[in-house]
Amino acid sequence: MKNELYSGAEYLNPGHVGCPGCGATIAMKLALRALGEHTMLVIPASCWAIIGGNYPQSSLKVPILHTAFATTAAAASGLRAALDLRGDRETTIVGWAGDGGTFDIGFQALSAAAERGEDFIYVCYDNEAYMNTGVQRSSSTPWGARTMTTPGDKWKRTYKKNIVEIMAAHRIPYAATASIAYPEDLERKLRKAASIRSGLRFIHLYSSCPTGWGFAPEHSVRVARLAVQTRAFPLYEVEDGTTYAINQAGDKPVREYLRTQSRFRHLSDEDIAQIQKYVDQEWKRLVRKAEEA
Amino acid sequence: MREVLEGSQAVAEAVRLARVKVISAYPITPQTHIVEELAKYCADGSLDGRFICVESEHSAMASVIGAESGGVRSFTASSSHGLALMHEMLHWAAGARLPIVMAEVNRALGPGWNLWVDQTDSLSQRDTGWLQFYCSDGQEALDTTLLAYRLAEILNLPIMVVMDAFFLSHTYEPVDVPSQADVDAFLPPYEPKFLMDTKNPYALDEVAPINVYMEMRRSIQMAMEAAPGIYQAIEDEFYTRFGRRYGLVEPYRCEDADIVFVTAGTAAATARVAVDTLRAKGERVGLLRLRMFRPFPAEAFRLGLAHAKKVIVLDRNCSFGAGGVFAQELKAALYGPEAPKLYSYVAGMGGRDVTVDTFSELFTMTRDQDEPPLGSVWYGVNEEMLRS
Ligand SMILES: Cc1ncc(C[n+]2csc(CCOP(=O)(O)OP(=O)(O)O)c2C)c(N)n1
Ligand code: SF4
Ligand SMILES: [Mg+2]
Repeated sequence: MKNELYSGAEYLNPGHVGCPGCGATIAMKLALRALGEHTMLVIPASCWAIIGGNYPQSSLKVPILHTAFATTAAAASGLRAALDLRGDRETTIVGWAGDGGTFDIGFQALSAAAERGEDFIYVCYDNEAYMNTGVQRSSSTPWGARTMTTPGDKWKRTYKKNIVEIMAAHRIPYAATASIAYPEDLERKLRKAASIRSGLRFIHLYSSCPTGWGFAPEHSVRVARLAVQTRAFPLYEVEDGTTYAINQAGDKPVREYLRTQSRFRHLSDEDIAQIQKYVDQEWKRLVRKAEEA
Repeated sequence: MREVLEGSQAVAEAVRLARVKVISAYPITPQTHIVEELAKYCADGSLDGRFICVESEHSAMASVIGAESGGVRSFTASSSHGLALMHEMLHWAAGARLPIVMAEVNRALGPGWNLWVDQTDSLSQRDTGWLQFYCSDGQEALDTTLLAYRLAEILNLPIMVVMDAFFLSHTYEPVDVPSQADVDAFLPPYEPKFLMDTKNPYALDEVAPINVYMEMRRSIQMAMEAAPGIYQAIEDEFYTRFGRRYGLVEPYRCEDADIVFVTAGTAAATARVAVDTLRAKGERVGLLRLRMFRPFPAEAFRLGLAHAKKVIVLDRNCSFGAGGVFAQELKAALYGPEAPKLYSYVAGMGGRDVTVDTFSELFTMTRDQDEPPLGSVWYGVNEEMLRS
């Protein structure tokens, strides 16, 4: 059987400098397969600013506008306006930022663009910390994780922001989570986002990071799959900010996911029980929303 | 106690010794080691303070302003784009007359992204009302941080301790770490001159109408004018306690020098070697290292260059449309019929090497040229690339 997914064009050049097993690089490869050549990317400071390549080279076959850390959604808004004024409605603009560039420093610009109803896709590839600067916590870092700014016994004891709910609260036409371990689901969601041509579409893309999380590079996809299977990172989508649908079931204990990564190694059984409780509550809330729809 | 420390660790050590209470920072290469070290101190309890992991540099400076307004000694560190994003709050900190100390690691600004040393980031903050000190080794970074708290809290102005990306921030050197008791004796607990207080309620940083605004600005300028004198007195005390001093500018073999290099940061350490090399060949050359940049120590430069015939300024920065910043400022400070001829060179931006040979070559170029060109000469640029 011919696999649709692996037959098309590739937009990621070989020789990029992403770490071996980099989930964020897999994420881009899959996303561009779905979006195709009529795509322009806006990329802020992040690992992807480096993976994108050094002048005069580029690791991607589509145009990239590199931008300052806080500015992805604002720069994408300007670029969209320019294309519209030049009569180009064919090109899809994609803001492609890390969790730090989305949850933290870029959040103001993102929220404003969502409220204005800007026409672009915003992908937050989430590796749950500031990886490019050497693993410091972001507001996407999960409860329990150690980073360079949540070291030793001061590991992070606040929960990750629920960015999809925050974006859904802007009542944007489409918000969804996606994972590199579920390429069909990921590509379907990006195509769907591209087909909606009004308002901001938001994709929260789980991108495992062997370097920052502490696991062997060959396990990137396995770790990502476990995140979904344990409901630590559920796959779901939200239309118009209100209609929730869950795309993937999962029932494994969260311990199985946590135990794959050294950033969680210090957690005691009680800590893990607390995470399990949180995951269960969040899942219940999600199911309730999906049932309401 | 002598320890082998990275430049970043030397700064973090000074912050701990200064008993800083609030640290608020946002990571950016190559400043990260400073804040990671401080996060570690806060986590292991060796620093009794709070580390706020903010969501941007604008908020880092804003929260440090909040902390100082609340009456506690505070610290932040940044670099390059982070410093640029802070710009509004840098003005705010100075206008609010808060004695904040920050470490600033000189790194190039994008686009294109570049992590390496370049002084344009800090120099483009020169009009914000912050004092600036440029360090050239780890010991100096530690000492200057301690001196900075003492000076800032007298002047009620914020101070930037500036250090080169990687060449200083990431280089391990032996550093003499003073004891807590000695530092406590030198740097007394912070006594804010004003703070948020319900028993004495007044508003901070409120509207300043036409009849007071200019006086407020004038008082900042007056504090700047007083800074060199006060600094020297503090440094004298520092010297008696710790046996080290640096000055506003630091002369090296300048006494009989016809030609004097002026530069800052780690390039000055390289220039020092170049001076020795050239001296060995019989050239009468010296180095006057720029350390304090704001306020600009015009008097110290006038004195230091009184006998020089030519000055070679190496700027690792550029004010586009004007040229090297140190050269411009120095030219203005020396202006007059007695001024030595000033040769301005822009070099080493974005991390390009500045070597002993660089200085030797600049020396020969300058020695063999009677009149300096009007603007800055760019050294080490691939002209071929510019033509294509
Ligand atoms: C204004 C500003 N502050 C800080 C930085 C330094 N910086 C560059 S990338 C980065 C972290 C990016 O984290 P995230 O958005 O999660 O992307 P990741 O590197 O994890 O892929 C930081 C802090 C910067 N470039 N600009
Ligand atoms: S640090 Fe993580 S996200 Fe960054 S390139 Fe490496 S694997 Fe990818
Ligand atoms: Mg990240």
